[in-house]
Amino acid sequence: MDLSAINPVLLVASLMVAATPILLAAIGELVVEKAGVLNLGVEGMMIVGAIAGFATAVETGSPLFGFLISAFAGAALSLLFVIMTQVALANQVASGLALTLFGLGLSALMGQSYVGIKPPQLGQIHLPVLSDLPVVGQILFSHDIILYFGIALTAAVWAVLKYTRVGLILRAVGENHDAAHALGYKVVRIRILAILFGGACAGLGGAYISLIRVPQWTEGMTAGVGWIALALVVFASWKPWRALLGAYLFGGVTVVQLNLQAAGVAIPVEYLAMSPYLITILVLVMLSADKSSAPAALGRIFHASR
Amino acid sequence: MKLTKLLTGAAMALALATGAMADTTKVGFVYVGPVGDGGWTYEHDQGRLAVEEAFGDKVETVYVESVAEGPDSERVMTQMALEGADLIFTTSFGYMDPTINVAKKFPNVKFEHATGYKRADNVSTYSARFYEGRAVQGHIAGKLTKSNTIGYIASYPIPEVIRGINSAYVHAKKVNPDVEFKIIWAYTWFDPAKEADAAKALIEQGADVILQHTDSTAPQAAAQAAGNVYTFGQASDMAEYGPMPRVSSIIDNWAPYYIARTQAVIDGTWTSVDTWDGIPTGMVKIGEITDAVPADVKAEALAMVEAMRAGEYHPFTGPLKKQDGSDWLADGETADDGTLAGMNFYVEGLEGTIPQ
Amino acid sequence: MIRLEKRPQPSRAWSLATPLVAVLATMLFGGVLFAVLGKDPVEAIRTIFWEPLFGEFAFYYRPQLLVKGAPLVLIAIGLSLGFRAGIWNIGAEGQYIIGALTGAGVGLAFYPMEAFYIFPLMVLAGALGGWAWAMIPAILKTRFGTNEILVSLMLVYVAEQLLASMSLGLLKNPEGFGFPGSRNLQQYDSAHNAELIAGTGMHWGVVAALIAVIFAYVLLNRHMLGFQIRLTGEAPRAAKFAGVNPPRLILFCLGISGALAGLAGLFEVAGPAGQVSIDFNVGYGFTAIIVAFLGRLHPVGILLAGGLMALTYIGGDIAQGNLGLPAAAIQVFQGMLLFFLLALDLLTNYRIAIGKPEAA
Repeated sequence: MDLSAINPVLLVASLMVAATPILLAAIGELVVEKAGVLNLGVEGMMIVGAIAGFATAVETGSPLFGFLISAFAGAALSLLFVIMTQVALANQVASGLALTLFGLGLSALMGQSYVGIKPPQLGQIHLPVLSDLPVVGQILFSHDIILYFGIALTAAVWAVLKYTRVGLILRAVGENHDAAHALGYKVVRIRILAILFGGACAGLGGAYISLIRVPQWTEGMTAGVGWIALALVVFASWKPWRALLGAYLFGGVTVVQLNLQAAGVAIPVEYLAMSPYLITILVLVMLSADKSSAPAALGRIFHASR
Repeated sequence: MKLTKLLTGAAMALALATGAMADTTKVGFVYVGPVGDGGWTYEHDQGRLAVEEAFGDKVETVYVESVAEGPDSERVMTQMALEGADLIFTTSFGYMDPTINVAKKFPNVKFEHATGYKRADNVSTYSARFYEGRAVQGHIAGKLTKSNTIGYIASYPIPEVIRGINSAYVHAKKVNPDVEFKIIWAYTWFDPAKEADAAKALIEQGADVILQHTDSTAPQAAAQAAGNVYTFGQASDMAEYGPMPRVSSIIDNWAPYYIARTQAVIDGTWTSVDTWDGIPTGMVKIGEITDAVPADVKAEALAMVEAMRAGEYHPFTGPLKKQDGSDWLADGETADDGTLAGMNFYVEGLEGTIPQ
Repeated sequence: MIRLEKRPQPSRAWSLATPLVAVLATMLFGGVLFAVLGKDPVEAIRTIFWEPLFGEFAFYYRPQLLVKGAPLVLIAIGLSLGFRAGIWNIGAEGQYIIGALTGAGVGLAFYPMEAFYIFPLMVLAGALGGWAWAMIPAILKTRFGTNEILVSLMLVYVAEQLLASMSLGLLKNPEGFGFPGSRNLQQYDSAHNAELIAGTGMHWGVVAALIAVIFAYVLLNRHMLGFQIRLTGEAPRAAKFAGVNPPRLILFCLGISGALAGLAGLFEVAGPAGQVSIDFNVGYGFTAIIVAFLGRLHPVGILLAGGLMALTYIGGDIAQGNLGLPAAAIQVFQGMLLFFLLALDLLTNYRIAIGKPEAA
């Protein structure tokens, strides 16, 4: 065992990279759930975003354009969920599961000719002075731009939810759609926009995996990240900053676990791997005392009778 | 009981009838992953395509991908047998018992199960001696490493993976007595994100050569991003990452075996065998060693490949001890296949324990 | 302007017609997809829907429909009771795994003893295992008001890790040359959930699924508890006045769905699958949620929906083998079928009206 082999600076830096796809998807889903909708199709939207972004980046040579398209692709897939749940009023749980199934298949079909190709690389930001600072420079100032975008998005979602009228309306819709409707808010329209936003974020998260974190395309490459993002939203009790913290925790458990193994520490891998979920359940129980946390209308179907 | 016999009897008659009507030989492949996985299943599918190429109109191939181990695989195999397949390759360890079950019902259909240990009159097993390739990797890795730290991304603690670790270690140690292995058990065959993280963790802890027993190219990309780290392709060539970081690779080359077995069925000479082939027959191929490897090291590695091809060298040749210091192989003695097949111990010098 | 108007009562005609319309729509769109992939669409659809039922080898595929459909129906029946009462157990996959682990664990503990009581004990252990796993979200819900959707989902991941741990450790076959996975229960007579009549696909799991359908039907239509379940789902406030005890109902609904999922896991591991292995679970617990909704939460509907899902799985594999369709195309096809079935259910409860709403 040689714990000194673990370099904490590098550990934190790679933990941030591991956390970014989960964070992006979770922030999107957080907004969706705040609006009172539960979309279990995150995994499906992520993987469609992953292949759409990858293919675009390969064809155009521009990773940034790839990210843009991945967001559109994620949103496009979530449009199916919109049709199912907001127009056809189908059950959200079943629709979300069907969306994941559909997305996994669709992405595999789209990606058939992209197996084994190397995508163009997105450079890391290098700020003169700042990036060269010891410790802080490596942790804070030497990543790719999407990682910063993820953090900025977290801040933006937090600010919008907390301080703006839009945020207030969104929360009102999620808490009690009938009351929000009575006040004259367009419940369905607001929910549709939230779902599309969630889809775009999930698409971005998927593309982060296929373009930066791995980077390559293979079928089923998201390997369950979408489900972790769903857990994360709950863990964060629908608060953006906690989602950031949670993403580092969820992403971190894997990274730390692998680092401990490399340092020769014998650890029961499976038990460590289940710990974030157990912690999430614990957090849920603690939150239950605080009734205000979960959007009250989560998962319920809304139909305006007139 | 009688009903099943009647039914399977009828099925076989049908299968025979269809087989006799068309004089093409039908070969089925059951895959555990998608053909687009770029690794294990991809290489089996390359083998299937080679069969089509070699026999043209005389052979028809069919495959079903992403078949879950268990009842689904049993159904898919039965389906292939009913539809008139003469030869069926089942390409995952977990298909072992289903293959035996289905083979009992179709005595006239030949089955080939990859990596298992149960055989029958119409069931052969085949596997590759990847540890021969690992020996070459270990040799190159031992020579290349400057930090004397080699990272190893292992999948599951099963004999095949443990053999690979031991073989690589023995040969790295031989050329570099100071070498140390850092091993990560990823508990997956294929999870690009996790493999990338594992590679990063190893690199951050000072490894400058990464060996992997998982199937994605994610560790290659991680090594490339880190710079000055060497890797080896796994399952497929991964040549797109050459000449650096990927300096060589182990390629699963099933084509010669698949072609030979199909030919045997056509000729009527097929018998149940236990095949465990390696470099000599070309089932294990060493991908091109790039110029990032010094010429003398490359020459030594190629000489080792040649010695194995000629059958003059066995990667596990004594004197070798087990991790606990007890004797395993005496001077000049080579490991027997039984021990290798069930290998569940590290050789002397490796640190850590095999997770149970 | 097109609007939706809620029907005073669900339309019986549409509830029967929508599944047919959905299947037809899927055939149409799926056919286009197959044509784009360069396959004969008519042949592909015929292979998926016709071949398993009436094709040349239907004598083999029909029993397989039972094998594939039984766990789906068994789990979905349990889930539907809770869903009707607004109690959302979406962690059946976890309960399925735990049931298989506890059931197989009991069987393996007796190995190699042969005795008539081993299998019944395994059945009991499987049901108890699933029940206990479902009791976690149930008790957390009744004690602390914790959201059962999320807790049950989290417990799926935990169960999956436990499964991996057991396959590599405690339950690993000591004679398996170090490979992961338990002994094969098919080769252990006292623990084997064998076909009751060979060649029919009927094993105890199928019997249990059929019993569950009848049981659920009777419960919902003839029993006080069934009335309470329906009332709680349709009018929670009225239910309170009718003397429904919500915590008891939660414990019952989650408990029964957990026990049935556990049973499904046990019957699968002791029968068709044979052994505990890392990839033992293939998503029955999640697919069953879809089956429950496809069946409109009605026992008979679930029976039919389970059969339909099994049909697309089996037919899909045949289409792969015979026509060279990629697995992904089958997945997309199934996704379409689910979308249409779920979306068109709208017509059962709503009517599409054109024009301005009448003044009330």
